[in-house]
Amino acid sequence: MSNNPIIYGVEFQARSLCSLHANVDQDCFLIGTQSLITSNNQVHLVTLQEETNTLSPQIYEHSSGEIWSLASSPTDKRLISTCYASIEQDCEKRTALWRLPEDDGQLENVITFPSEKYGTDVKVTTFHPTNDAYMCSVIDNNLVMWDVSESGVKIVCTAVLDGKGQPRFTTGKWNPQSVNLQFVTADDCNIKAWDLRSQTKIAWSLDGVHTQIIRDFDFNPNRQYYMATCGDDGYSKFWDIRNSSKPVISRADHSHWIWSIRYNPVHDELIGTASSDGQVLITRLAGISSAAIENEDLKTKTSIEDKIVATCDQHEDSVYCVEWSSGDAWILASLSYDGRLLLNKVPKDEQLRILL
Amino acid sequence: MDIKPGSPYDINGACFNAEMYVKKVLKESNLKQVIDHEREIHQDIQSLHSDMQTLVYENYNKFILATDTIGKMKNDFKSLEEDMEMLLSKMDEITHTSEIITSNLHANRDEISKLSETHTLLKRLQFVYTLPTTLNKLLTKGDYEQVVQEYLHAQRVLTQYGNQESLKGILNDCNNIVNELMKILYSHLRDKDITGKELTKSVNLLLQLDEPVLSLCKEFLLHSKNRLFESLNVLELQVENLNQDMIEFIDLGSDTFFSQLCMVIASFNDMFIENLSKNDENEEIEISINQLNMFVEENMIRYLEIVQCYIDKNTSDTAILVRALDRFYRKIQAIGKLFSYKDFTLNALEIISSAARRQTKLHLAMLKAHFHDKLATVRQSLVSLQKLNDNGFATESLASLTSDVIEKVKGILQDISAFLEPEVSFSTNHALRKSISVDNVREGLVVGFLHYLSSAARSYTICIPCPPAFLFLIMTKMCLEYQMSGIGHLLQLVDETYEINKYFENKNKNSSQLSSEVELASDMHSAAQDLVNYYVRVEGLSISQMLKKSVETRDWLHSLEPRTVRAVMKRVVEEITSVDSQVGELFEEGMRTDRSSDSSRRTQMSRHIRAWSSGGTATNTQTFSAINRLFSERIDIFSPVQFSRVSITTGIIKISLKTLLECVRLRTFNRYGLQQVQVDIHYLQLYLWRFVSDENLVHLLLDEILSSSVHRCLNPVLMEPSVVEIICERG
Repeated sequence: MSNNPIIYGVEFQARSLCSLHANVDQDCFLIGTQSLITSNNQVHLVTLQEETNTLSPQIYEHSSGEIWSLASSPTDKRLISTCYASIEQDCEKRTALWRLPEDDGQLENVITFPSEKYGTDVKVTTFHPTNDAYMCSVIDNNLVMWDVSESGVKIVCTAVLDGKGQPRFTTGKWNPQSVNLQFVTADDCNIKAWDLRSQTKIAWSLDGVHTQIIRDFDFNPNRQYYMATCGDDGYSKFWDIRNSSKPVISRADHSHWIWSIRYNPVHDELIGTASSDGQVLITRLAGISSAAIENEDLKTKTSIEDKIVATCDQHEDSVYCVEWSSGDAWILASLSYDGRLLLNKVPKDEQLRILL
Repeated sequence: MDIKPGSPYDINGACFNAEMYVKKVLKESNLKQVIDHEREIHQDIQSLHSDMQTLVYENYNKFILATDTIGKMKNDFKSLEEDMEMLLSKMDEITHTSEIITSNLHANRDEISKLSETHTLLKRLQFVYTLPTTLNKLLTKGDYEQVVQEYLHAQRVLTQYGNQESLKGILNDCNNIVNELMKILYSHLRDKDITGKELTKSVNLLLQLDEPVLSLCKEFLLHSKNRLFESLNVLELQVENLNQDMIEFIDLGSDTFFSQLCMVIASFNDMFIENLSKNDENEEIEISINQLNMFVEENMIRYLEIVQCYIDKNTSDTAILVRALDRFYRKIQAIGKLFSYKDFTLNALEIISSAARRQTKLHLAMLKAHFHDKLATVRQSLVSLQKLNDNGFATESLASLTSDVIEKVKGILQDISAFLEPEVSFSTNHALRKSISVDNVREGLVVGFLHYLSSAARSYTICIPCPPAFLFLIMTKMCLEYQMSGIGHLLQLVDETYEINKYFENKNKNSSQLSSEVELASDMHSAAQDLVNYYVRVEGLSISQMLKKSVETRDWLHSLEPRTVRAVMKRVVEEITSVDSQVGELFEEGMRTDRSSDSSRRTQMSRHIRAWSSGGTATNTQTFSAINRLFSERIDIFSPVQFSRVSITTGIIKISLKTLLECVRLRTFNRYGLQQVQVDIHYLQLYLWRFVSDENLVHLLLDEILSSSVHRCLNPVLMEPSVVEIICERG
C-alpha cells in the first residue's frame, strides 16, 4: 500500500475481528483474543483518532474463554456477541450476548444462549441487519434463530442440515439483500439460503462451488443477487445467485486458503480478502459492481479492468480477518494470528478514480 | 610464211601490194622457194579464173529470165487498171444506196430503242413480280443469305414505287416474307442449340436488313446471356454436388462458360463494334460497348461468385487447388486480353487470396484438431496408465505435443507454399504473395497457432472437471519447449520458406505488422508459469486435503500417548515422493542451497525442544519463535515457482505444511496430542528435506507447526527427542 498502515498489537493470538457497525462516525474495530488460559481473554475496542492518526484501545475482560468469533450489533453501539470456548468446559464452544461497559473492565453478560443442546461447536452468532430482536447462531449442523427483544431469550425457529458424513456449517450470515428472514450458511463446498419464516425451506443454494471448504462469503451491499465466496482452494468467486452453475468471476490471487472476503460497504467494486499466505488484497471488480449498472447506459466505466489495487504484506502470520470500517469506507482493517491489527487505506489514485 | 592479215603482204587482203610482196618474196626466199611460190600462185590464179567464168555464166542466165518477166508484167498492169475503174463506180453506187436506206430507216430507230428499253424494264418487273415466290422458295430452302440479297436487290425499286397499287402488294408480300425471315433469324437468336457461327451469320443478315444495331445488340446479348446462364447453372450445380475435384470444375467452367463468353465477345466485336466503327458512329459504339461491358461484368461476377462458392466448399488438397486456381487465373487473364474494357484479374486475385486464406484457416483448424487429439490421447493414457514413472511416457507425450506438431506445421507450410511456386501464374503478384505469406501463413497460421497453443494450455486451468495433474506438468514443459526452441524454429522456418523479410526490407522488421518472437515467447512463458502454478496448487491442495482430514477428524484433547507415526504422514511422504519423481521426469533438478550436514539437521530439529526445556511456559515459546522469526532471514513462503524439479516440489510441500499449520491452530491439544504432533513433525523433517531447495524453509514451517501446537496445548510437555527418534525410526 502506498501509505503506511496504522498498526495495533494485541499480546495474545487473535482470530476474530469485527467493525463496530452501529458507530458510523468513527472507525472502530473489535478484536477478540485467543488464549487457552481462560481468564486472559479480552475484547479490544480500537478506535482511530483522526487528529493524531493513532489508535486508542479500550480493553474489556472476556473471562469466559478464548474467542473464536465476534459480532457487533448493527444498531446498538454497545452490544456484541461472541463465540468462545474454555478449558473448563472441555473446550466446548458457547455463545453469548454482551454489553460493553462504559469504561474498561468486565464485559457485561446480557444473555448466554442455550446452545448446548444443538451442539458443541458454535461457529457464529449474528445480529439481524435491521431488526435488533433477531439473532441467529450457527451450531454444528444446526442454525438457531433467537428472539432477544424481551428479557431472556426465545427460540424462534431452528433448521438442521442433514446429509451423510455429518455435515457441518462453517459460517452463516443474514442475507441483507432479502427483506425476508433469509439466513445464508456455508457448509463444506455449498452455500444454502434458508427461509426462516417457512420453517427451514431452502430458498436457493450454490452447490459444490469450490473444490474445498468455503471459509467465508459476503453479499454485495448495493447490488441484488451478487455475492462473493472464498475458501480453502484459494479461489475467490463472485456469483449472481440466479445462475448457480458458473461464477461471474473466479480469481486465484492468493497462494493459500482465503479466510475472509468483504465487499466495501459503499464502493462495492472494492473487495478485501485475507489469506493464510499472510497477504491482504484489495481487488477492484468494477464490472460486477453496482456502479456498473448505473453506468451501463453511459458505457464509460465498463472498460476498467479487474485487478488488484493494493497488496498488504506487512502481516507476518496468517491473516484470518478483514473488515471495512463502518466510518471511513476507505479503511480496511486486517488481523493476523499473531495479534497484529493493520488499518490500510485504499490507495489515493484508486479513491480518485472511483470518486471522479 | 607468217603474214598478218591486213598487212600489205597478205595476198588475200585488201591493201595487198604486189610489188612489195614480190620484193619481200625475192628478198626472203631462195630460188627454189621462189620458183615453188611462183608455181603456187600461178595455180591459184588459174583456179580463180575458172571460178569467175562459171559465175559470169550463171548470172547471165538469170538476167535473161528477169527481162522476160518484166515484159510479161507490162501486159498484166493494163488489165488491172480497167478493174480499178469498175470498182470505183460500184462504190459510188453503194454509197448512194446506203444514203437512201438511212433516210428511210431514220423514223423507226427511236421506236426500236424504246421497245428494247421497255423489254428490259419488263424483265425487271417480272423479277419483281416473281420475287415473293423466289424468296419463298429460297426461304423454304433455307438459303437465307440469298433471300436477303434478292430482297435488298429489289428493295430500292420497291420502296421507290411502293405507292403503286400493284407494287404495294408485292412490297407487302416481300416485307412479309422478310419479316418471316427476320422472325426466323430472331428465333435463331433465341435458339439455344444454334452454333455460334450460325448465330453470327443470322446477326449479320439482320444487320444487312437494317435492323437497329442497338436492339440487336441487346437481343444478341440477351440470347448469349441465356446460354451463359445455362452453363453457369451447370457450374452452380457442381458446387452443390461437389462430386468433381477443383481442376475438373475449373476446366468445365473454361470449356463451357469461358469459351462461350469469349465467342460472344469476339462475335460482338466483329459484328457490332467493327460495323459501327466503319460507319463512324461513335455514340452508338459507346452505347454498345457499354452494353457489352454490363453483360460481361454481370456474367463474370456471377461466375466469380460461383467459383468463390466452390472454393468455400472445396475439399481438394492444396496442390489441386493451386493448379485449379492457376488455370482459373490464366483464363481470367486471357479474357482480359480479349476484353480490355474491364480488368477481372483483380477480382480473380481476390478470390485466390480468399482461397489461400481459407486454405490456411482449414489447415489451422486441422492443426488445432490435431493438437487437441494428441492432448486427448495423452490425457486418456494418463487416466488409464497407473504407473506414470516408467517407460518414458512423459517424454513420449511431450514429443507428441511438440516435435510431432512442429513437423505437422512444417508439412503445412510446405503444402501452402504451392501457392507461391514460380510456375504458378498468379505467384508473381506481389500484393498477393505478401498477403499469403505475411497475413495468412505467418500471422494467421503460425502465430495464430502459437497463440492458440498458449491459450489452450491456459484454458486447462479452468477446466472442470480438473484433468489429471500430471497433464499440467506435461503442458508446462510443452510451453517451455515452444518458448525455448519451437517458436524460434517455426518462425525461422516460415520466414525462410516465405521470404518474409523481402516484404519488410525498408521498414523495421519489428513493425507492428509482424508478431515478434520475443512477444510470442513471453506469452508462452507466462502460460507455462500459469500452468506450473496451477499444478503446484492442485497437488498442494490434494496433499493438504489429506492432512486437513487427518487433523480435523481426530480428538486431540483425548489423545493417548503416541506409539507410532500416524499413517497419514507416511502417505503424505509417499505422495510427495511420487510427485517429485513425476516432476523429475520432465524437469531439471534446479538450484539448491547448500545442505547442512546430517548432524546439524538433528540439532536443528531439537532447537525448539531446547528452547522449551530452558524456558518453560507457552508464552515463552511464542516469544522465542517470534524472536527467531525476527532474526532469521524472512523467508517468503509463497515465492513464485520456477521451472525446476526442486522448485515445484518445494512449492507443493510449502502449501501442504502451511495447511498443516492452519489445521493445528484450529485445534486444542492435550499433552499426548502435542506429542503426537511432535512425532509426526519429526517424521516429516526426516523425509522432506531432500525434496526442497532450502531445507531451512521446511524447518521453519515445521517449527512453526510445533510452536503453534505447543501454544494450543493445555498441558504442553514435549517428548524426549530420543524417544521421538526411536518412534520415527520404527516407522
